Amino acid sequence: MSVQRGTLGRRQPRAPHRLFWAALALPGIIWLALLFIVPFYAIVAIAAGRVNQLFGYPVAVWNPAQWSSVNFATTWHDIAGSSAFVGPIIIRTIVYVAIASLLSLLIAYPAAYFVARFAGRRKGFFLVLLIAPFWISYMMRMLAWIDLLQTDGYVNKVLTFLHLVSHPVDWLGGQSYTVVLGLIYGYIPYLILVLYAGLDRIDGALLEAGRDLGLGRVGTFLRVTLPLSRQPIMTGMLITALPMLGDYFTNQLLSGAAGTTMLGTTIDDQLSTQALQGEGAVLSLLLLLVLVVPMVYYVVATNRSSREAA
Amino acid sequence: MTASATAPTIERSETQGRGALSRLRPRSNPWRHPWLLEGFTWLYLIWSLVPIAIAVLFSFNNGRSQSAWQGFSWRWYFADPINSVLHDPALHAAVIQTLRLSVYTTLIAVPLGVAFALGINRWRGYTASTFNFVMILSFVIPELIFGVAMFFVFQYLFTFVHLGTLAQTLGLVTWNVSWPAIIVQARLVTIGKQYEEAAADLGATPLQIMRRVMMPLLAPAVFASAVLVFSSVIDDFVIVDLLFSNASNTPMSVLIYSQQRGGNGGPALNALGTIMLVMSFVIAVAGYLGYRWMTRGERLDSTAALTAITGAD
Repeated sequence: MSVQRGTLGRRQPRAPHRLFWAALALPGIIWLALLFIVPFYAIVAIAAGRVNQLFGYPVAVWNPAQWSSVNFATTWHDIAGSSAFVGPIIIRTIVYVAIASLLSLLIAYPAAYFVARFAGRRKGFFLVLLIAPFWISYMMRMLAWIDLLQTDGYVNKVLTFLHLVSHPVDWLGGQSYTVVLGLIYGYIPYLILVLYAGLDRIDGALLEAGRDLGLGRVGTFLRVTLPLSRQPIMTGMLITALPMLGDYFTNQLLSGAAGTTMLGTTIDDQLSTQALQGEGAVLSLLLLLVLVVPMVYYVVATNRSSREAA
Repeated sequence: MTASATAPTIERSETQGRGALSRLRPRSNPWRHPWLLEGFTWLYLIWSLVPIAIAVLFSFNNGRSQSAWQGFSWRWYFADPINSVLHDPALHAAVIQTLRLSVYTTLIAVPLGVAFALGINRWRGYTASTFNFVMILSFVIPELIFGVAMFFVFQYLFTFVHLGTLAQTLGLVTWNVSWPAIIVQARLVTIGKQYEEAAADLGATPLQIMRRVMMPLLAPAVFASAVLVFSSVIDDFVIVDLLFSNASNTPMSVLIYSQQRGGNGGPALNALGTIMLVMSFVIAVAGYLGYRWMTRGERLDSTAALTAITGAD
């Protein structure tokens, strides 16, 4: 490959030089360095920085040799100390996200599977409907459920009409299941799109081969389709779980109670009080460290699949 | 709601029927239509879209309630002289701020990302692959962590950037630059190198190759990424929320959130959400038609344009 390019290059002196391409990429590289890499270093500099003794506001320390552990100690005290309040929030966040991701998969997979495999000529129609929520703002979609779940809202009206509940349920008064519902509703379009794209790519000939070799519909699904959709399931779960872990607004809108606070909410709150920004930086850093492995996995996996497609 | 109440009975009779059939004929017609699966898909679609339709409906409510219908009116859009989107300065400013951010971000992020994609894709070196990795990383990082990083860098290092429109634009460009960068790179892979090599053979200079060969070939990808950047800025919440400073730079999503959360909800917020929705759909339809038109010479099925402007590829 490189030999071939080399000889071609010698025969064509006018082919764009390496420097030409480097110059094209340069503005983007500078932009990413200044406004993506440096900002992450800023989180580290504040997390490992000191605290002003008098006023309690954080002092960023940019030189690693002078880093201190003040903020880490405070945060650790809040996570696992005697009056810990962050610890339970972290556990709650993990539980919410785990339940919401699994339920999302159970809902999204059959729908994506149907549209990719069986929609036939109506595929475009179904795809438009599947994609529609993707184009509707998250806030509007939360607003929709706030309207429906009011005490005098339609959900309660239907439930009382059917005598499923004797008196209206206070859905928005700090219920865990309302927050989980909000998370599922908010992030499922992304999962469904990834699953659809993955399932749509499965070669129909493989399924027919499965049938020819004597597998029934269920057998073909279990032994051909499901193994082939492992990659889309993994990336789809990641692409929904990562933003769910950083979600700070869904629980605020659909409950607002302290009993449903998630880690993102805590970080967001800490940013608005200057004395707590150091701890907010440490918590962001912790979240980032936990998520680095799945994120890198995602990048490597998508790189691999795009190379295979090419 | 009634649909979900009747669904379990349908499912039960369906499974019973199938059980009885399969006992008679172990291999019943394997190509029959999966009605159960289709029913499930419809239930999902109803659950996913009907609440939004109801929220749109309540933006036309002739009363202050977001949950009880009191008749149709345009009061929350323009008829009410004080509280309508047209007359309330805060709501009004939010619409303008959202549009302003979308235009600024698209104008900066698309050229930046396209040049980056071209350079990185053809340059091939250690620096190139490192920054390509960084760029894709910016695609998957949770928005909250990115927003926190931006907040800190503007508060403690680049202090000349004040929170507000400038900080929001810088944040949004960084967050969205991966759309053009990824989409254009994917397109470059499918185009291959033969066209630019042919152009170079025929004596074109690098700039001529860019202008006469690469740009026309990349136009659909550039267009699709502009559509995606514009619409994702309209819908963005986290970055603009962490980087706004006062009422004059509060976009629609942040206003809906803070008002609803502060107990000041009302159909005016539904009206604002509906305006966002209409804006997004106009862009989506324009994007779809534009993409179809730009790729008219290529043999693509109708779903290709859909997935292209959604970034699903």
